[in-house]
Amino acid sequence: MKNSEPENFGAHSRRTFLKSLGTVAATAATAQVTTVAAELEKANAEKIIGPNAVPVTLKVNGEKLKLMLEPRVTLLDALRNYSSLTGAKEGCDRASCGACTVLLGDLPVYSCQKLAIEAQGQEITTIEGLAKGGKLTKVQSAFIEKDALQCGYCTPGFVMSVTALLKRNSHPSAAEVKHACAGNLCRCGCQPHILQAAFKAAGVEMPTKTEVVNYA
Amino acid sequence: MPSWPAETKYISHATTRIDGPAKVTGRARYSSDIQENGWLYGMILRSKWPTAKITDINLDKALQIPGIKAAVLARDKNMTVRYYGEELAAVAGTTKQACLDALRAIEVTAEALPFVVRENDAKKPDAPRVWENAPNYPAPRARDHGDVDTAFGQCAAVIEGFYSAPVQIHNPMETMGNTVSWTDDGVTAWSSTQGISSVRDGLAGSLRLDQSKVRVITEYMGGGFGAKFGAGVEGVLAAKLSKEAKAPVRLMLTRFDQALAVGNRPSSFQKIKMGAAADGTLLAFEAENYGTAGIGAGGDSGGGGGGADIPMPYLYKVPNTRVKQSAVAVNAGSARAFRAPGNPPASFGMESAMDDLAVKLGMDPLEFRLKNDPNKIRQHEYALGAEKFGWKQKYQKPGSSPGVVKTGIGCAGAAWPAGGPSRNTNGEAQINPDGSIEFRLGVQDIGTGTRTVIAVVAAEMLGLKPEQITVKVGDTRFPPGPGSGGSTTCASISPTVYDICTKALEQLQTLSGIADARGENWFKACKKIGINPITVHGQWIEGLSTNPAGGVQFAEVDVDTETGLVTVKKMLGVHDCGLIIDTLTLESQINGGIIMGMGYALYEERVMDDLSGVVLNPNFETYKLPGIADVPEIEVILVNMPERGVIGIGEPATVPTAGAIANAVANAIGVRVGSLPITPAKILAALGKVPPATA
Repeated sequence: MKNSEPENFGAHSRRTFLKSLGTVAATAATAQVTTVAAELEKANAEKIIGPNAVPVTLKVNGEKLKLMLEPRVTLLDALRNYSSLTGAKEGCDRASCGACTVLLGDLPVYSCQKLAIEAQGQEITTIEGLAKGGKLTKVQSAFIEKDALQCGYCTPGFVMSVTALLKRNSHPSAAEVKHACAGNLCRCGCQPHILQAAFKAAGVEMPTKTEVVNYA
Repeated sequence: MPSWPAETKYISHATTRIDGPAKVTGRARYSSDIQENGWLYGMILRSKWPTAKITDINLDKALQIPGIKAAVLARDKNMTVRYYGEELAAVAGTTKQACLDALRAIEVTAEALPFVVRENDAKKPDAPRVWENAPNYPAPRARDHGDVDTAFGQCAAVIEGFYSAPVQIHNPMETMGNTVSWTDDGVTAWSSTQGISSVRDGLAGSLRLDQSKVRVITEYMGGGFGAKFGAGVEGVLAAKLSKEAKAPVRLMLTRFDQALAVGNRPSSFQKIKMGAAADGTLLAFEAENYGTAGIGAGGDSGGGGGGADIPMPYLYKVPNTRVKQSAVAVNAGSARAFRAPGNPPASFGMESAMDDLAVKLGMDPLEFRLKNDPNKIRQHEYALGAEKFGWKQKYQKPGSSPGVVKTGIGCAGAAWPAGGPSRNTNGEAQINPDGSIEFRLGVQDIGTGTRTVIAVVAAEMLGLKPEQITVKVGDTRFPPGPGSGGSTTCASISPTVYDICTKALEQLQTLSGIADARGENWFKACKKIGINPITVHGQWIEGLSTNPAGGVQFAEVDVDTETGLVTVKKMLGVHDCGLIIDTLTLESQINGGIIMGMGYALYEERVMDDLSGVVLNPNFETYKLPGIADVPEIEVILVNMPERGVIGIGEPATVPTAGAIANAVANAIGVRVGSLPITPAKILAALGKVPPATA
């Protein structure tokens, strides 16, 4: 199967990775030990942020959101609990259900795994930011038309994942839709209709496999 | 007698959800989205011991954490906990981060006690007792019909098998929880529940308040599947925190909590012996079943005496039966109702045994079912399904599929005998002079499309469009209705809305003098109401809904005999649907039942560690749900039986899936895997390619 993800998907630079290690002593048993130590020292020399709340500015759905947040606050937490943007849902808080999916630029990310301070300076789009002037997007309309939702709790995440897919691939195959939604879970069992909705949003009508038969 | 219209514009057609726009824009407010003024975050501290005598819980340091406004005990400083994850205390604070710090600051003194978490260990006479005054494994009760021993002597073929299914966890996408505000006027709870009335009564009872002082609101909730009927410890704790902090408290469980303490489907271990005459007529059935409902069936009632029974021999007519059942208590969270309680494990065990006996008799398993299932509707559904599925063309002798990747097919049946309407369903409609109309019913939408059902029935009856109907549900201030469980909601609310509409038309006729106020006359008639709107009350009426419900399903699978991987290629569900209200939401529910059944068949299992007593897979990385790439082509035949009136479909749709898939796997590889979930390791062990796992 063709990998439809952009090359930088989920990529960590060596520098951000080292920074994330912080002051924890790393056991380095390689020849690069001195280089690593030097980089760590350099990373740690930068101003330490927190642990108390710091001003954070997020650009969400085209609007600036100014918040005071402890650096450990995730983007999801910032949206849901420090502002009124509750569209992104918390299903697991550990990157395994996808209900919290938002777009950073055009990239779908788990907002529960992104610190809010890291998301500064990026264009954040949540489910609330899709319908411009109250007009639903093709993806949103297709989800309604194909009944690609039941309880609806996973829906914002799936809608964001499909939206991101169609931005980079306007005519995906079934395998590509499944790949794009592989990080989203639905317990009500809407997957067949979600697939139909993604195709519908791409302008392709999938025939329903359901028939009504009269008993009598 | 009232009757549904024969010609319909909306009933039995496809109507998109009227709350679809709210759900795809993030506008729908779930219980976990509630942000009351001054709300606090709430969290629960849970036991890290599977069993312990708690001698002290000190909340002082937690209360010193900046931002923490309240801390309360779950029960007492001195108490016995009986499973890992049992509630000890709770805190409320201005941020989640403060609460996390506070939970770490609570000091608990405890004396660990011996525990037992596995069914087989708990059955042993010398096992630690889960409840001091009751045995873990009470003697099974036996029910006898006919003369089993003599009948087995007359059988041409007899099989003996052992079939087991694990504990399954509900895992709705929105965890249990609520926001509770306790003021001088009473308690308001925005609860993620499938039963606003049962939550109200539970909270009132626990908090010693008048029921009239408790209001429960559920605008939207993220799934329940049977686990969300009660107020829950999390409801009571949120209320106590709110009272102490004098602020609303939002307390939602974590995904980990979800696996420990708020319900599950009991396990089932079935030893089945079954025999038939040479022509395939079942003659004798003997079974012993046990399973665990954790520390008990839904509370402190104690002992392992209940909660794990299943209906046996399920769908089939057997003249001579002996069934023994009991439950075994273990140190784990209690079971709760879970979509078609008792039925999926019963279907899996019985349908597996049916195929094994058919193979021994040399009969086609479908023919064997038709011979022994007395239900006429299912007989019809098997015939419809076999034709569409191509059963005759596809069926091969077990294990005869060539090559490394083997194909197999299987089928199984479902019954849902409960599923009847709730007679105590009430509702009202307010009709305004401008013709707008609002229905209010004290039910809630668990995701099945309750609002849409109300709008479709009302639009049909009044000659309006569904989008012209405003629907309000999920508030105990509305006329009361049943919980969303047992596949009862649709059959309860549809006749209620019918009744409201009939009465509304009668009143409008009297007030306006227009003989038929439906359709194009609606707005003319409403103009004559006067200044004040009219409110029309109605209730469930006889003759428009019924029960039971059932269905059959067919599965086709590929089994890779080198890796053991099972791929479901195709599922076909044939379900009797009574009078269909909305084909679109109905299809969604059947798809959902099948997909949940796939999880039960192939992926889902709560794994307990016998050394530490903890749940080893309390998250979605290790407790696997079917993902979009696992889901096969699903075909559904909706058997329309308007003459039956409205019935429910939620439960029967998930019942037969695991049995059908298990039979398809056995048909593919020629060996029975009698244990759910059917993992690659179990397939390879059944094929003799790896040694079986030892528990």
